[in-house]
Amino acid sequence: MSTLTTPGQTPGVTPALRKSKAGWNVLGLLVFLTAGFPVYWMLNTAFKPAKDAIDPDPSLLPTGFTLSNFSRALDIADFWGPVGRSLIVSLAVVVIGIVVGMLAALAISRFAFRGRKVVIVGILAVQMIPLVAMIIPVFLLLNDLDQYDKLSGLIITYLTFILPFTVWTLRGFIVNIPKELEEAAMVDGCSRTSAFIRVVFPLLAPGMVATSVYAFIQAWNEYLYALMLLSQKNQTATVWLGNFTTKHGTEYAPMMAGSTMMAVPIVVLFLLVQRKMAAGLTAGAVKG
Amino acid sequence: MSADTTTPAKVPPPRQAPPPPLAPTPRGKRMSGGAGTPWLLLAPCLLILGLVLGYPLVRLVTLSFQKFGQSQLWGFQPADWVGFDNFTGILDDGEFWAVVVRTVVFAAGCVIFTMVAGMLIALLLQQVSGWVKILINIALVASWGMPIVVATTVFKWLFDADYGILNAVLSKLPGVDLIGHNWFASGPQGLAVIMLLVVWGAVPFVVITLSAGLTQVPQELEEAARLDGAGAWNVFRYVTLPILKPIIVMLTTLSVIWDMGVFPQVFVMRGGHPEPEFQLLTTYSYDRAFVVNDYAQGSAIALLTVLLLLGVVAVYMRQMLKIGEVE
Repeated sequence: MSTLTTPGQTPGVTPALRKSKAGWNVLGLLVFLTAGFPVYWMLNTAFKPAKDAIDPDPSLLPTGFTLSNFSRALDIADFWGPVGRSLIVSLAVVVIGIVVGMLAALAISRFAFRGRKVVIVGILAVQMIPLVAMIIPVFLLLNDLDQYDKLSGLIITYLTFILPFTVWTLRGFIVNIPKELEEAAMVDGCSRTSAFIRVVFPLLAPGMVATSVYAFIQAWNEYLYALMLLSQKNQTATVWLGNFTTKHGTEYAPMMAGSTMMAVPIVVLFLLVQRKMAAGLTAGAVKG
Repeated sequence: MSADTTTPAKVPPPRQAPPPPLAPTPRGKRMSGGAGTPWLLLAPCLLILGLVLGYPLVRLVTLSFQKFGQSQLWGFQPADWVGFDNFTGILDDGEFWAVVVRTVVFAAGCVIFTMVAGMLIALLLQQVSGWVKILINIALVASWGMPIVVATTVFKWLFDADYGILNAVLSKLPGVDLIGHNWFASGPQGLAVIMLLVVWGAVPFVVITLSAGLTQVPQELEEAARLDGAGAWNVFRYVTLPILKPIIVMLTTLSVIWDMGVFPQVFVMRGGHPEPEFQLLTTYSYDRAFVVNDYAQGSAIALLTVLLLLGVVAVYMRQMLKIGEVE
């Protein structure tokens, strides 16, 4: 452990330094291989012939290429239905979460008022309640409201974790925009609302996009509520993955194809916003 | 994509750092407006959270003190108040305590491994060449972005008894024969695999946050310590670590909260029916409510879990207040 902080980061490169760097690089490559292996193996299994997947002596390198696992995955249970439902739910959650969250974020970042701190602490604390703990009362609530097994019920439920997230993250982005910009616009005769729309909003847009994408990913990935609050016929994409295991066993190669279809779009989205979001996440993170 | 460019600006400044130049200049009032405006803006948010979060939270507490089973769910019988019966029922149950101990050990293991591995990788990232750094970052972000259910499914496949790659590769080692070894036959082994899955998913966030924090450590301080004869370990222990402390406290508390709430990993890994030796507080509460149909006892367990976490949440909130994120 101690060796990890050995000196030698200065750019002046001597042969000895270069040698020590090589050691670190080897270690780094090991980390890369370990961290990346599960993802690699998912892709590897998804594209190899199903019979190679159950080879007792599997080859670590790709063996042949086929898309048959994907067509099997699409056959095994309706795929596009769950994907469509997941899209509807996630998009609705994002739209409501961003609009409502933006208003609230503005209130706590641009106004001084009694109780402001209480609201902030409340929103932060609320994020800390494990979702699982709430599943029983939420289930009963939806049951009472006649929203069980309805997408609308799932949408309002998802707002419990998306809304605190959007409020907190948008607040972070707004706080970083100097107030003076708005004030200058107001001095120049803008009303407060138009100062916001013309000055703050354009600066906020990238942050809003990142927040939306990240909120979308969270809603898309949610599993427990989707499993509990919707019946089989209304299942969403994450729950769909469970269809590969039946009492006759698990079809692993198609299951990895299904996993690939689920993961790749999400990972790509995640890559796009990750840098922007890391900042907000440091403050009020929600993943997990 | 490299982590060093991610966020240096946003990382909370170390407490020991000289006071930031524009610290408490009289901010005056923020923009003043009608006193009602902020509340009007907050109203939709508070309304929604009140309905879908506040109300269920209250219901969670009341449920814990009621008798609530299948017949109450369908409205055949009123929900009677039973005082602390649910709690005494749980606390007298030896299985509950076994679950508590298992959950705490499991979460502690996850947190410790996540933080240590995260710190080591963050430090390593400072030493490697640029291209290695990029490779590691790609792997980290990809594993971070994987949906938990997908990651769990993939791990299930990696550790499959008959066709899993892990058993095949390990069996190539001399003297090891793991072909057909079922990792999930025993609770501790199976939970160790699940722990590995949790750690694998959690490390990227820790690495990326710590890397951002490390860029804030003044090079001069480390150099000065080195000139004074401090070894690598001492530089880390007495210079780097104290500066990173606020971030570490935050990451640790967050990890504790997340890892105590692990659910889909266990649930999916065990095909929706975790065996008794796999039960954690979350799955146990779920089991009581939706398998045994005792919603009241399930709620009581969930409530106890939340209470157990309250201390950790308090530490987290204090830290947030201290570093001025919440001012």
